[in-house]
Amino acid sequence: MILYDYVLSASCYKVRLMAALLGTPLILRAVNFHPAREHKSPEMLALNPKGTLPILQDGETVLTDSADILRHLTMDHPEWRSPDDDRWLAFASDLNESLGLARLHDVIGYEADIDTARAAGVTALRKLEAHLTEQRFDGLIFLTGKAPTIADIACFPNTALAPDGGFSLDPYPSIRLWMRAVRSLPGFIEMPGIHRLHELAHPA
Amino acid sequence: MNTAIENHWYPVAMISGIDGPRETLLLGKKITLGRKDGTCWVKDATGKALPTVERFGHLWTSPGQPNRDLFTIPEADSPGRRLVDVGSVKVKCSPLRAVENFLDIAHFPFVHTDILGAEPHTEVDRYDVKIREEVDEVWATKVKFYQPQAAKSAAGGITTEYMYRVPAPTCSVLYKTCPPRPGEWDIITLFVQPLTDEWCEVWPWMALYDDESTMSEMVSFQQLIFMQDRSILENQIPRKLPLDPGMEVPTQADMTSVAYRRWLKKIGYTYGAQLVAA
Repeated sequence: MILYDYVLSASCYKVRLMAALLGTPLILRAVNFHPAREHKSPEMLALNPKGTLPILQDGETVLTDSADILRHLTMDHPEWRSPDDDRWLAFASDLNESLGLARLHDVIGYEADIDTARAAGVTALRKLEAHLTEQRFDGLIFLTGKAPTIADIACFPNTALAPDGGFSLDPYPSIRLWMRAVRSLPGFIEMPGIHRLHELAHPA
Repeated sequence: MNTAIENHWYPVAMISGIDGPRETLLLGKKITLGRKDGTCWVKDATGKALPTVERFGHLWTSPGQPNRDLFTIPEADSPGRRLVDVGSVKVKCSPLRAVENFLDIAHFPFVHTDILGAEPHTEVDRYDVKIREEVDEVWATKVKFYQPQAAKSAAGGITTEYMYRVPAPTCSVLYKTCPPRPGEWDIITLFVQPLTDEWCEVWPWMALYDDESTMSEMVSFQQLIFMQDRSILENQIPRKLPLDPGMEVPTQADMTSVAYRRWLKKIGYTYGAQLVAA
């Protein structure tokens, strides 16, 4: 499987992370999203007329939506699926349009209605915090239950990268614990802005 | 504002990225830039044309009257090098903090884990640092560090040698062991545009020997490294770089930073700096 990838993209990281957790090898093709806007080049548009990343190519199949890609990767891994996933995959795209947009604005100067994005981002974080707190009351650490599913992998990147876009995660203890749980998963990989757990891995 | 700050050259755009007139900030003031008939221009808020230099793939300007030409990097002109426009990243930090971070080696194993450094190889050996009075630049030489993946072109872990050069207050040039061509230096620069004294736009640029990697791979590698630094930079306290001793206690590994701060103080460059120890 080939992933057309941009190293700083939260949505591409969803795919890299999911594949790493599954132990599924990916061939990465670096696309110069910034500054060269290579995702809008004729070659890339031929592959994906929407001009977006990520793009996953698996034989004849070409997928351009990160939720579809997560479903595709976990086709034969029912343990990574829950009936509640769809709701959180939709929520993940809200995160992308609020937290993710604010991050692109702050980091690479993307055009955005930044006040609207920030307000929507805070609303989304509060919603996530409320849900994860309810889950903790029920003894559940992940979004849909005791074990992680594609719902968690879809929502984790933009949440964890929120500080890049000027959001503090300090007011959200349940989100922070959940992020810790995701970062503790065997096979977890980091991306710039999301560090691995080495600071607390070996208590004195 | 004073001439010790205004009379320097500053990067304000990547030339290949200028597609129409654009506003930006330089030292807290609005400027406009663009390109006409293949030549770049910059104007201040009153419409006055500012001086320009086009070099290293970037457009440079000055709100004052620079008393010398923008520095050069003669090694970058040697044939066979690939010149890499990395693009820009905005960071909410003092421009001097951004340069200082670029000069630091000790953070590699912790921030760039398994790429530019790895535990337990955390020790920074003694190296040489000097303010070269004749050119008025800070230089650190004989810097050596073990790196698991020193560059996109590196196949495995190597001990990399570095030289650091600060030719202007908000710019640094790094000369680094070139994995495919021992004996030559790769050149990696950090050009920092001070938007304000606590907000900057950082324009990395590289001149590398690498016949294997695609341009996109080289850009990705450098963006990955710089974005690992960004969250650290945005959380440093005090936000401005202290030029007086007292606030922060340097160690031997910080000799370059100590020389950089001393040099900034000597030339009176205080934008983004904190002068009195709190």
